[in-house]
Amino acid sequence: MEEAKTETLMVDGELADEQQYLTFIMSGEEYGVDILAVQEIRGWEEPTLIPNAPSYIRGVINLRGTIVPIMDLRMRFGLQDASYTATTVVIILKFDSDHGERVMGIVVDAVSDVYTIADGETRKPPELTEDDNSDFIKGLVNVNEKMVILLDVAELLNLNIQGLGEHALND
Amino acid sequence: MVSILAVDDSASMRQMVSFTLKGAGFQVREASDGVEALEIAKNESFDLVLSDVNMPNMNGIELVKNLRQLENFKYTPMLMLTTESAGDMKMQGKAAGATGWIVKPFNPDQLLSTIKRVLG
Amino acid sequence: MSVDLSQFHQVFFEESFEGLDVMESELLDMDPADVDDETVNNIFRAAHSIKGGAGTFGFMPISEFTHVVETLLDEIRAGKRSMQASYVDLFLQSVDCIRGMLSDMQSGDEPEKERPDQLRKEFEAILNMGDGPEESAESVAEDSASPGWVIQMAPHTDLLMTGNEPFRMFRELRELVGEDHLSVEADISRIPEFTSLTPEECFIHWTLTVTSETPLDDIKAIFEWVEDECDFEFSPLAGASSEDTADAHTASASTEAASPEVADAEVAKDASSSAAASKTNPDNTEAKAADKPAAKAAAKPAAKKAAESSSIRVSIDKVDSLINMVGELVITQSMLGQLGQDFDLSRLAKLQEGLSQLEQNTRELQESVMKIRMMPISFAFSRFPRLVRDLGNQLGKKVLLETLGEQTELDKTVMEKISDPLVHLVRNSMDHGLETTEQRIANGKSEEGTITLNAYHQGGNIVIEVADDGAGLNEDKILEKAVEKGLVPENNQLTPEEIHHLIFLPGFSTADAVSDISGRGVGMDVVRKNIQALNGSIEVKSQRGVGSTFIIRLPLTLAILDGQLVRVCNETYIFPLVSIVESIQIHRSHLNHVTGSQYVMQLRDEYIPIVRLDQVFGLRDQSQGSDEMMLVVVEGDNEKIGIVVDDLLGQQQVVIKSLEQNYKKVSGISGATILGDGTVALIIDISSIGKNIVPVKRQQSRSEQAA
Repeated sequence: MEEAKTETLMVDGELADEQQYLTFIMSGEEYGVDILAVQEIRGWEEPTLIPNAPSYIRGVINLRGTIVPIMDLRMRFGLQDASYTATTVVIILKFDSDHGERVMGIVVDAVSDVYTIADGETRKPPELTEDDNSDFIKGLVNVNEKMVILLDVAELLNLNIQGLGEHALND
Repeated sequence: MVSILAVDDSASMRQMVSFTLKGAGFQVREASDGVEALEIAKNESFDLVLSDVNMPNMNGIELVKNLRQLENFKYTPMLMLTTESAGDMKMQGKAAGATGWIVKPFNPDQLLSTIKRVLG
Repeated sequence: MSVDLSQFHQVFFEESFEGLDVMESELLDMDPADVDDETVNNIFRAAHSIKGGAGTFGFMPISEFTHVVETLLDEIRAGKRSMQASYVDLFLQSVDCIRGMLSDMQSGDEPEKERPDQLRKEFEAILNMGDGPEESAESVAEDSASPGWVIQMAPHTDLLMTGNEPFRMFRELRELVGEDHLSVEADISRIPEFTSLTPEECFIHWTLTVTSETPLDDIKAIFEWVEDECDFEFSPLAGASSEDTADAHTASASTEAASPEVADAEVAKDASSSAAASKTNPDNTEAKAADKPAAKAAAKPAAKKAAESSSIRVSIDKVDSLINMVGELVITQSMLGQLGQDFDLSRLAKLQEGLSQLEQNTRELQESVMKIRMMPISFAFSRFPRLVRDLGNQLGKKVLLETLGEQTELDKTVMEKISDPLVHLVRNSMDHGLETTEQRIANGKSEEGTITLNAYHQGGNIVIEVADDGAGLNEDKILEKAVEKGLVPENNQLTPEEIHHLIFLPGFSTADAVSDISGRGVGMDVVRKNIQALNGSIEVKSQRGVGSTFIIRLPLTLAILDGQLVRVCNETYIFPLVSIVESIQIHRSHLNHVTGSQYVMQLRDEYIPIVRLDQVFGLRDQSQGSDEMMLVVVEGDNEKIGIVVDDLLGQQQVVIKSLEQNYKKVSGISGATILGDGTVALIIDISSIGKNIVPVKRQQSRSEQAA
């Protein structure tokens, strides 16, 4: 796991609107999510397959009696390595959707750190290719001369994106 | 502690009366009709009885009549809770031995002030 | 102190709705020509309670409307009027109206005005004619000014027996007029010899002198309770008009005059019950009419959104039983705990014993808890007498309603959800099933048609039947419509049962005119959908000229399922046991291709469509998998389907967990559960698994046509 210093970034010496982010690593890149959305962090366990789900939805697990879907974020982002080792980590996220509070787990390579980042420091991502991944990106920020990609949890876990239609079975 | 027996077949009224009286420091026993109240009265004394008139099994008038037969209820103040359309009821109540009446609907403050009247 | 009355609102609403149910049921049962007192009393009391509560908690529109209902009931109860059929209808309409008003106010909305106003006019029309007692607007005794009063009070000897205590009243008077303005003189001349003295009787008379300008009415109010038990004489203290004296004398003695006068005066002043404020607050020297604000202000209902009534009445026995079971569970747990502390293999037998005990405790506890949610179906059946009566009137048909098995219990939520489908079925039977009176007579049937509701337990389910002795399903008409809509090819050979089954298809209705009641053509398929959503099933049995019976099967509870575990590849799935017809082992060669990927298989004398679960779920290639397969034949949407799995595993009860909550609806899956080893297993949704299957019969006829 990379070590990184936690830094409090200030804008013009004042504490602007700040948020804390939990960051994690995937394919060498560092990503961050609002820490308030993080419910817990677990190790990888084989989930139960959901029929005809997109490949990045690995299945569902039992989280203390609740059925929670597990999404492999590396596959969702189309990254090359998606392996499941002893250090593979599942971050359980919770967020408010139209149907109430939802809980989902994302599979990442490793957890990195917690940073406090001011809104002012965040820059909007440049218009990339038609890569749908750009919907998930809230912004980019520099921490210790490293770029951290901040993700929008609600968009990330929005199952309707990427034409997540249902299988032809029931058309 | 002053104890009051409150009799009414309506749960919401019982609750309201009970809550109000307890809040004012009275001890309250509830009954949902005359039969229940009479049973309780055979074993317990009270400083005051509040009773609705229209109840199943044994109405308030009957209850008062029966209570007056009991030794320790001979002089106990008994108030009927009655609506204003019941002029006859008041007469019957008095004939049965009721002390007085409170006209329904009443609010908690009216209830308390009338009770305080009676208990002196 | 101020008591927040809104905390009692919910209880008031619940008991009022119950009271309305009582009123309605008594009204429906009654024969206007022969009404017994007890019935009228019950109805009166229910209305009276609602009125009282509504007034107390500030729901004035309801209180005012119910007052007029109660007034008529009171007259009937007192024998001043007798019940009539038209009154019964009016009362029933009032029940509906009050229900609506209560609902509105419960959700924090303003209640409607039109209906109560219109109904009230009808009541007033009845009450104002003929023998109704008239509320006389007697003039109130004027407040008279006077420098003071002299009150002669001569209690009857039995005054004390009413719990009224003279000194209490004097104290009150003193508070009213001021300490320095009251003097009391006792006349003890009438007290008998000590030996013949009875302490319970009152022999003292008093003269009270008030030297302040207190209005006489306020003083009289203090003694209002004892007007009949005492002889009063009120005279002004020097220099009063004769008019006052006359009033004063009228006020004393004669029991008939005194209280009614005061009572009527109260009634005349203010029809609304807020006049109570002045009656019971003698210390309030303000004039009575102005006292309205006191009561009315407190009366603004705390209009908060009431949550849907989600409470259950549970009998004490069920609760006690539950407590006992938990107790036993605790004992077993403690025993196992001890065992676990110092465990070695020699104690294995004890461990197994303990675990078996645990299983029993858990099972009993589960059954016990389920019972709490169980209520008799009579709650669902209770709306039908009214419905049948009203609908019968509307349709001009004579209908008798029979209910059987009312005590059969089912889950409260299931019952709530089955209510609408049942209503639809009954309406449908009355509208389309039952013939008109003339037709029935012409066919040699009884004039009165019968609708029967029957409920009973069968296996782990509850069965509800809705039957009519009407004309039965018209197979010709149904077939005609089905062909018209292209649901069935023209040269079909459907059995009567299959034709009957067609009515459950979407968009189906053979009603010529869309009658308000049930002919919209959205009925049966919606009914079936609703029932299937409860993991239940519906079928119909019908005979021309004899009648039809709809049979609904529902699980006893929504949260738990009897499941058959199966294995497909390395995955475990669960089939609802209730939908499994049979399971047989087959060989791959038994499956026949029909079109593309659709398989069929011959099962005895019929062909059934086959679904390979491993294909449907994309788990493996067609060619893979063993040749020996397990076929689970299920009943889905009234058609048999064979589902191929690898293996049958055990059967167990599973708790249904939602997959949709955190993920979304998955076709073919109805939910999930957690197995004993903590892993998740998915539950198969039989109806959506079979959705893409083209019914075999139709396929055959098409291929025959093509040939």
